[in-house]
Amino acid sequence: MRRAQQMLAIAGLALAVWAMTYGFYYAVWIEHQTLDHIGGWLAGAFQHAAMRDMTAARAGLDDYARAKYVYTREVDAHSHWIGMAMVLLALAALWNRLEFGEVARRMLAGALILGAYGFPLGVLLQNHLAAPIGQGVAVITSGLLIVAFAMVAYGYARRA
Amino acid sequence: MALAGALANAEPDAAAAFPRMSARRLLVIGGLALFLTGTIFGDVFAVFILHPNADRIGQALAGAIAAVRQHRVEDVGRSFEAIGGFLENRGTKVDAHAHMIGFGYLAMLLAILYPWIRLSEAASRRLAMLLIAGGVVLPVGVFAIHYVGLAYSPLEAIGWASIVADTGGLLVVVACGGFLVGLWRGWKDDAPPAEDALPADRSWAGRVLMAGGTLLILAGFLHGAWFAGVDLYAQERQDHDLLAMMAESAAMDPGPGLIPERAGAALNGYGNLQADHAVKIAAHSHIIEFGLIALMAGFFQPFVFLEERWKRRWAVVLLAGSVVLPVAVLSELKFGLLAGGVADAGGAMVIAALAGMLAGVLRYTGRLDGLSAAAAGTGGGVSGGGR
Repeated sequence: MRRAQQMLAIAGLALAVWAMTYGFYYAVWIEHQTLDHIGGWLAGAFQHAAMRDMTAARAGLDDYARAKYVYTREVDAHSHWIGMAMVLLALAALWNRLEFGEVARRMLAGALILGAYGFPLGVLLQNHLAAPIGQGVAVITSGLLIVAFAMVAYGYARRA
Repeated sequence: MALAGALANAEPDAAAAFPRMSARRLLVIGGLALFLTGTIFGDVFAVFILHPNADRIGQALAGAIAAVRQHRVEDVGRSFEAIGGFLENRGTKVDAHAHMIGFGYLAMLLAILYPWIRLSEAASRRLAMLLIAGGVVLPVGVFAIHYVGLAYSPLEAIGWASIVADTGGLLVVVACGGFLVGLWRGWKDDAPPAEDALPADRSWAGRVLMAGGTLLILAGFLHGAWFAGVDLYAQERQDHDLLAMMAESAAMDPGPGLIPERAGAALNGYGNLQADHAVKIAAHSHIIEFGLIALMAGFFQPFVFLEERWKRRWAVVLLAGSVVLPVAVLSELKFGLLAGGVADAGGAMVIAALAGMLAGVLRYTGRLDGLSAAAAGTGGGVSGGGR
């Protein structure tokens, strides 16, 4: 197993373990409570509207939207981490067929690993830092992934 | 006969790499079975539950608007409780489907990487069984959440089904951690891994599946990037604005009727928005999932004991279904049930192709076992590839 291939395999499996641990922690400690809050705020907003208290209704809807925004990104980070882990593992096994030199392969593997870890992290950071910072990380790393993946496809096609 | 002859030359090595009840065989067969079960479950869910459930959510939301209009605060709460139940019904089934497929992938990927994992066969077999057990327990637990609820639960927010599901997840984490240790030891070990038949395969079906899978994944990435850049934030704003309009219109708009015109329009818009969001997410995730499964199926072609023409047919059917389903799902908003039917047919194509390949793997293992038994002089083995 060559260096770049090893990097991809270990980074992929480590990412899978990390994503599942995060998912496990999230499911046990956060998800159910978050879903209760989302549902509670939405129902509360409509109940305030039924009492014609529109200020409270709007505040409830704002809380609902914020909680749903956070929840969506938390779940997206989990699913994208695990998805990217699968892609890294699959590519690790195929890596020897890539028609590039070892240095280019290592750079490509590094870009894929950076993108696979960084893209979902960028999604998650939108909840904790100013949204443009998280979006910036997500955009840059997803761009890196797309370019790297196109290069991989090219590498296989060149051989064919 | 020609196929049997060709296999006979390769089989001593293959038999060593893929022995009866070995960890690798467990991972391949368990992984394919998990993927297949998850996909069949997803198809059944899409046909029988998804659309009726969406209609019920719409009706409950309309009930909530009417209750707001009539100052019936408790009925508003009851309507949203019902919506919560419908969403939980949908969410748990989607999660069960997605996790079972995900664990199937993981098992197959570990089978592919198996030659580089430095663990004893017994330890690997235990980890493989743990992974597959967790891959069954978690989705079954998630599926049961909607039906079990909080009955007899010792916890405030988490029921027994969730506890079972989380235990399944823990089993998978432990199994993956064990395999990660094995890969790490392989990294440290300078000894080259044994020659492996899987990555060396250059058959037509294998190449087409790998190239097609890579292209499907790339298409899924591009679609996801487009969705995140163009649709996601706009849809989140619309979600909030449409709900606000429903609440305000129901509370403040003058005129008769249980659902004022503005609230009705917002309700329709909200339904369309949810549908648009759902089909785009489903298309994005399915095209990547099918790309991955095509890639992995490409690896396993040396273990698929079928005639070459049948291997090619199943490869083409798998890739065709992998394109048909996401494209038809995306068209559902325009063409309604017709596109839904085509999407289901695409899913059925993927299922049929994988079932065909799984049958080929089982025939292959049966043949290997027969040959091993004959070589050991025990007799009575299955020979000629028939299980």
